[in-house]
Amino acid sequence: MSLSPFEVSSAALVAEEEQSAEALDAAGAIEGRSPLRLALARLRSDRMAWVAAGMILLMVVLALIAPVLSSITGHSPYNPDLVNGTDTFGQPYGPGQAGFLLGTDNVGRDILVRIAYGARISLLVGILATLLATVGGTALGLVSGYYGGWIDALLARLMDAVLSFPYVLAAIVLAAVFGGSLPLTIGVIAFFSWAAIGRIVRGQTLSQKEKEYVEAARSIGAGSFRIMFVDILPNLIAPVIVLGTLLVPVAIVFEATLDYLGVGVGPPTPTWGNMLADDQGSAGFGAWWFWVLPSIALLITTLGFNLLGDSVRDALDPRTERLFAMRRKKAAAGGLGASAGAGTEPLSGGTEA
Amino acid sequence: MADAAAPVNPASAEQSLAAAPAEDRPLLQVEDVVKHFPIKRGIFFKRQIGSVQAVEGVSLEVRRGETLGLVGETGCGKSTLARCITRLHPLTSGRVIFDGVDISRLSARQLRTHRRRMQMIFQDPFGSLNPRRRVGSIIGDPLAIHGVADGGERKRRVQELMEVVGLNPEHYNRFPSEFSGGQRQRIGVARALALRPSLIVCDEPVSALDVSVQAQIINLLEDLQGEFHLTYVFIAHDLAVVEHVSDRVAVMYLGKIVEMAETAELFGSPRHPYTAALLSASMVADPEKARSSHRVVLYGEVPSPINPPSGCRFHTRCPKAQPLCSVEEPPLRIQAGDSAGHVTACHFPVAPGEQLVGAAPAISAAATAFAADSPDIGEGGRA
Repeated sequence: MSLSPFEVSSAALVAEEEQSAEALDAAGAIEGRSPLRLALARLRSDRMAWVAAGMILLMVVLALIAPVLSSITGHSPYNPDLVNGTDTFGQPYGPGQAGFLLGTDNVGRDILVRIAYGARISLLVGILATLLATVGGTALGLVSGYYGGWIDALLARLMDAVLSFPYVLAAIVLAAVFGGSLPLTIGVIAFFSWAAIGRIVRGQTLSQKEKEYVEAARSIGAGSFRIMFVDILPNLIAPVIVLGTLLVPVAIVFEATLDYLGVGVGPPTPTWGNMLADDQGSAGFGAWWFWVLPSIALLITTLGFNLLGDSVRDALDPRTERLFAMRRKKAAAGGLGASAGAGTEPLSGGTEA
Repeated sequence: MADAAAPVNPASAEQSLAAAPAEDRPLLQVEDVVKHFPIKRGIFFKRQIGSVQAVEGVSLEVRRGETLGLVGETGCGKSTLARCITRLHPLTSGRVIFDGVDISRLSARQLRTHRRRMQMIFQDPFGSLNPRRRVGSIIGDPLAIHGVADGGERKRRVQELMEVVGLNPEHYNRFPSEFSGGQRQRIGVARALALRPSLIVCDEPVSALDVSVQAQIINLLEDLQGEFHLTYVFIAHDLAVVEHVSDRVAVMYLGKIVEMAETAELFGSPRHPYTAALLSASMVADPEKARSSHRVVLYGEVPSPINPPSGCRFHTRCPKAQPLCSVEEPPLRIQAGDSAGHVTACHFPVAPGEQLVGAAPAISAAATAFAADSPDIGEGGRA
């Protein structure tokens, strides 16, 4: 070790090094801000992101305090309560009547409590299915793009097949065979969502793997796994985050759709989709709160995630933001300028989600 | 720690495998290396309709501690050859023997141990550094991959390397985008140096930098060569740079070596017409000399490596070409009057003092017809 040329060359520097180490501690090491931290800083200064975060937070809080709401009001989310939950004629209470803030449904269950419990399912399914789809789609997209050849042919065709599959039909068949359940719902949604991410990641990988830094990594002896996940992955994390954020509302709507059709998480579990399905017969009698209120909950959640996704995209790719600003300026200036911007396309993949 | 010290005395590991004593043996032997890139057509059933003959039977030796310059115009296969030597491309045929071990047929796993001793510096200081990773991790990667050093030890080694190549070690946590082109190339040099290799293949390491920075990087490479006993294969298309750094120079044209000699001899008395044209096209800093020198203008374009000319590959543009040249390929051999290390592949080598100026290609009129009225486009020799 003492023969090492590095030791020799740096021997003279040791004293200096110790000095500079002290200076370093004092000044704090010079650290480049990572692209993600820069993006976070931009995100923090985006007012729309705060509004979106507020909407999501509202739903998260609602989901968290659902049991508390239930115990405070004494209203069960599951059991019909025709005695307390309906008036003397057996009709449901409207919002604000008889201590039911958002009214009751036609079997006397508190809609507020059921919406809060529904938020738990929606958020759980939305986030878990998205995580599964994102991780799976990213991994398979990377493998497909990196290896190419028959692996790519196989995976790319599989993605095409998944994307072109009538997912509602598939879900109905699966639910008929296995019976609707929460894990099955999450699985079905994840399975029909990963391909969108996989396709984008595959395309990005195809372009990234031709970069010289990949060749450099190979020349220092890095294996395929390391090149894919240590070298290439950080370079396509931005579109993955954007797509992931935008996938959450899609998954939530997907879940509500399955529930509405009765092939998702079955009753008596309160979900927004179930509530819409249960109550649709009664809506005709003027009980608007049956369907308007769960729909508003669904709207707030999906709108929140969509707006957040847009803000995240702007923050991760400042180029698009500037592009939009430029277009707005041109549009404001009026006339010919506005149409010129339409031809350019450097939007990140997010719009395709 | 013993592990870390091993690359300092690299010969010991393979010494037993080779017959010749390690010190006399050339560090790198390239034997008849051929690299063809297949051209495929068809969507479902891809069939090969031809191939780009990027490198066609190149043989050379690199001795310990020397710098072999490799010059040639763009597209002549020098970068492909570099990637064949470092096994970034699999070879079509031929052998690459590194310190007595034939690495041309090793599996990826077996190759890894040899990668430690053979590193590469890339042309593009922007593309060759991962933009999303910090400089510390980029330079530390070789150490991490080969399990040489971890944690604090790795950080210390990386900062040492940064000192050695003239970077501020405090910039350990920065991203490549926060550095200038020259600094980035220093990062590339530090990465190549991390495992203390014996051979570094430099693929046009300075051609993307501006001239003042080029000199800094070249001086750095020369200093490091002395300090760490490095052997370089130095690829460039700037003849002044090659003349400055190389002990020996090999000239490539269309995938073949046409001439190879000690630097002074090659630049002093080139024997291959292509070398002569190449040298005459380079800038001379002395205006007196520049005025008195004459430029050999090559007509026509470099032929396609998909369908290279028969015989001598240069005959379509050669001012000295004879009918023999299109039929018979000249071997690389020592020409009359040259020293032992000077080989030229030419039937009719340029005599010392012979002027090629004004000589038009004798053979292929078709190849030059379009260039006759605009001789400027024939300046391919400068590349």
